[in-house]
Amino acid sequence: MDPYRTGLIAAALAAAALAPPAASAQDAVKLGIVAFLSGPAAGPFGVPARNAAEIVIEQVNNGKAPKPYQEKGFGGAKIEPVVIDEAGSTTVQVTEFRNLAQRANVDLVIGYISSGNCLAIAPVAEELKKLTVFFDCGTPRIFEDAAYKYVFRTSPTATMDSVGAALYVQTLKPGLKTVAGLNQNYAWGQDSWGDFQAAIKQLFPKVEVSTSQMPKLFAGQYGAEISALLTSSAEVIHTSFWGGDLEAFILQAAPRELMQQKTIVFTTGETAMYRLAKQIPDGTVIGARGPFGAFAPDNEYNRWFAPAFKDRYGAPPNYASYQMAQAILGVKAAWEKAQAANGGKRPAIDQVIAALEHVEFTGPGGAVRMAIAKGHQAIMETAYGQTKLVNGQMTVTNVKRYPAEQVNPPDGVKSVDWINSGFKK
Amino acid sequence: MSRDRTVPILVAALAAAAALGPLLPDWMLFLLTIALSKGLVILGLVLCLRAGLVSFGQALYFCIGGYAGGALGRFWHVSDVLLVMLAGMTAAGLAALALGFLMAKYRGIFFGLLSLALSMILYGLLVKTEAFGSTDGFNVLPFTLFGIRPAEAWVRYVLLVVVCTVVAVAAIAVNRFLATPLGQLAPAIKDNEIRVEYMGASARYAIHVNYVVAGALAGLGGAFVAAAVGHIDPEMAYWTTSGEFIFVTILGGTGSVIAPFLGAIMFYAVQSFAFDLSPNTWQMVLGTALLLVIVFLPNGLWSVFTRRQRA
Amino acid sequence: MDQLVAVTADGVIYSAWLFLAAVGLTLIYGVMKIVNVTHGSIYALGAYAAASLTGALLARGMAPALSYLVLAGSAVLVGLVVGPLIERGLLRFMYAKDEVVIMLITYALFLIFEDLIKLVWGTDPYFIAEPYGLLGSIHLGRLIYPTYNLILIGIALATAAGLPLVLARTRVGKLLVTVIHDPEISRAMGINVGRFYLVTFTLGSMLAAIGGAFTAPTISVVPGIGVEVIVLSFAVVVIGGLGSLSGAALGALIVGLVRSATIHYAPQFELFVIYSVMALVLTFRPRGLFSAAEARKI
Repeated sequence: MDPYRTGLIAAALAAAALAPPAASAQDAVKLGIVAFLSGPAAGPFGVPARNAAEIVIEQVNNGKAPKPYQEKGFGGAKIEPVVIDEAGSTTVQVTEFRNLAQRANVDLVIGYISSGNCLAIAPVAEELKKLTVFFDCGTPRIFEDAAYKYVFRTSPTATMDSVGAALYVQTLKPGLKTVAGLNQNYAWGQDSWGDFQAAIKQLFPKVEVSTSQMPKLFAGQYGAEISALLTSSAEVIHTSFWGGDLEAFILQAAPRELMQQKTIVFTTGETAMYRLAKQIPDGTVIGARGPFGAFAPDNEYNRWFAPAFKDRYGAPPNYASYQMAQAILGVKAAWEKAQAANGGKRPAIDQVIAALEHVEFTGPGGAVRMAIAKGHQAIMETAYGQTKLVNGQMTVTNVKRYPAEQVNPPDGVKSVDWINSGFKK
Repeated sequence: MSRDRTVPILVAALAAAAALGPLLPDWMLFLLTIALSKGLVILGLVLCLRAGLVSFGQALYFCIGGYAGGALGRFWHVSDVLLVMLAGMTAAGLAALALGFLMAKYRGIFFGLLSLALSMILYGLLVKTEAFGSTDGFNVLPFTLFGIRPAEAWVRYVLLVVVCTVVAVAAIAVNRFLATPLGQLAPAIKDNEIRVEYMGASARYAIHVNYVVAGALAGLGGAFVAAAVGHIDPEMAYWTTSGEFIFVTILGGTGSVIAPFLGAIMFYAVQSFAFDLSPNTWQMVLGTALLLVIVFLPNGLWSVFTRRQRA
Repeated sequence: MDQLVAVTADGVIYSAWLFLAAVGLTLIYGVMKIVNVTHGSIYALGAYAAASLTGALLARGMAPALSYLVLAGSAVLVGLVVGPLIERGLLRFMYAKDEVVIMLITYALFLIFEDLIKLVWGTDPYFIAEPYGLLGSIHLGRLIYPTYNLILIGIALATAAGLPLVLARTRVGKLLVTVIHDPEISRAMGINVGRFYLVTFTLGSMLAAIGGAFTAPTISVVPGIGVEVIVLSFAVVVIGGLGSLSGAALGALIVGLVRSATIHYAPQFELFVIYSVMALVLTFRPRGLFSAAEARKI
């Protein structure tokens, strides 16, 4: 075939492929959802979050959520999710965000687990004037490096996890002398360890760090690191390991009695504690990045969300699921508040943004207050506890809750400065 | 390589893109900008591939270009896109000059794997540098052109026009280079290096020159991608980025200086298409597409346009 | 003293794992001159197959002692199915192409397999802790090591010693050596090169799957475990010299010991270890430590 015709046909096909889809019903709210659907972060975070979005949206659309979320959809408008995989480089994610905003024409976006993506997407959301709600990523840098009108985060930052861990260690080991760290060598691990070190030094000025192991992300084999930790003099080991690495570490450490000889603090251990119940000895410190999962309060929202999730997906929701659920509920609360102020008519995005700022709402994890970063960043209380096997079931005991102001920096203060000032309120 | 129609075709296509730009949606302008910028990297890879050298670490220079541009903005508050582009190109070119002394000694798979090792070492260094944000990277300053920041609605268009212009200049320059004796040595080196030496030409010198040009082009591409995306992170140096570049190189073919850009546009369009239509299986779609191209179009997509010229 | 023992033990254990993960790659390259990126997927397939099959059988009351046989069996099965499928179904038609193109074909296959694995097994983690803990532990000084690691070391040693023996002493092995040196002349002399390629690729796949299967009890099998293995295997194989089995073994040992020492004494450099060793070896011995002599055609 004549190559020029081939070329024309190919170009036509490409143009058709890139053409925007037909506009959908005016009444619906198109909600972009971005989470990892492939790769190592899919199992522990992305898929549980996507599942939570599915079930919450379905229940909310059918008016089955408890008060004050009982109205169908967002103020009567049906929620139509558009789900995107968070995989690939930041370039790919920025491209897909732009496509979500300008090709699929979503009304708003809830998503992002990777801090790198959150950092890259925030200015783009601002440029495209697209309301974007981060639900999981941990870096405090989002609102500490810049201010945004269109960007919100409905979960607390990772600083809370480290400070909470340090406070909990203080209650467990009042005479602490040496700590060690085992964190993945990338921004999340480095920041978590950095924050924990700074916090523990405030609480125990003479504490020493005997070793800080920083294996490559997804290394999978931790034999040498475990030996190094065993031979160190540390009493407490801090780790922010997650996903497959977390589970591989527990599986490899269990027969070598590392967790019995030292107290390990798993700041994000909640995702693994049920599956690996037999490998984790009693007394191991577990966190869930906030009051989620095992630490969730017994309120009506949790009584609605957790069984519905478990019925549909077979496993209880983990903290990524809780964070996604509260993001959707938070937006719904703000949307309906804006709609009421707008005389019952569908609010403009600017009105929703105004309502989201400083909003306070309650979800399955408890109270969420958009209190810092000029009302764009949420704070919540956090909880830590110790594992205990009761009749073969994994439970948490000795749970301590720390109020939001104790574990989150005040408005306008950078996390690092706040910790180093001795947690000045 | 067909020299007769390459330049006019390329310039015409780019001029058309620039002219149509205001009519196209923003997301398409963005996609084109990214594709053309990465096309520059691939143009460099094509140069090396002609000499029989496959670099599995071209991401090294891509990353250096991006970080040089980003650092210029972050530490010296320079946001002019032309300066950023020059910085990226120069930094990467200098790095290629220095490393070329080592790399030009290697051939075949060892060239590829040493380049891979070097790019992964840069990755490691960047991950450890908390001043650069480690794996989270940092956002680059919004770009300006001759001191002016374009209005919000024109940002994507202005950047696309700049990229189109630079791509046209680069492609024409490379085309000219390929017509010179030094440029024509590459296929000879691939065929039989010893005979090239017997002819009196220095294979090492030719390879070094190709390597520096490829590095500079990659740095240029990296600086543009950084300006377009607004964010840089160490993943720009990771081996999967290099893999993507090689993927597109083979996809486009090595038949012409236009091939890299055609291949890049097709690849990023298909990737975006795959993400949209099958968020759960986009990798499979991409892999299948590549397989089909390799099996049915062994000389890349460009061969579709050159079949006619075979007598 | 404890530390030195730990460094050595950790180094040897890691080396064994690394060698097992990489040996399939070096075999396939050595014989067929193909850089097989699909190696990572086959490793992952071996791990998933082993974990899900063993897990399912253990849940049905299989004696834990048999789990080792199931691990080996599932790996061999994966190799026997996937190897011929890829080689006969696709690669066989591509041998005339440039080696980079063949590598890209294997990369395309890797992408396809990643999603296939996700479709079959989902994104949830699989793990089988029983085989890991069943054999008890050894005490080396103050430290406890699971005896399972000895199995890993044993398989690695058997492969490292056995394969070269097969190549040097058996008739099939010697024929394979001729195929490695010059496929064209081998064909001319009546050797069925195509069949050797099939056998080699299948064997290489089996070795990759065995690597994955025997690693599975020590980890949580999640999507993406193949990706890391690819780069690590490349590094080891390049350090040792592409195509040299004893080179791969020595390369694995060097990387394992250096990494172990780094972790105990200077953990902040752990990130660079493998690539620095690779770059260093390539700078001074451009073809790796034990590279096969290659005739140069003028």
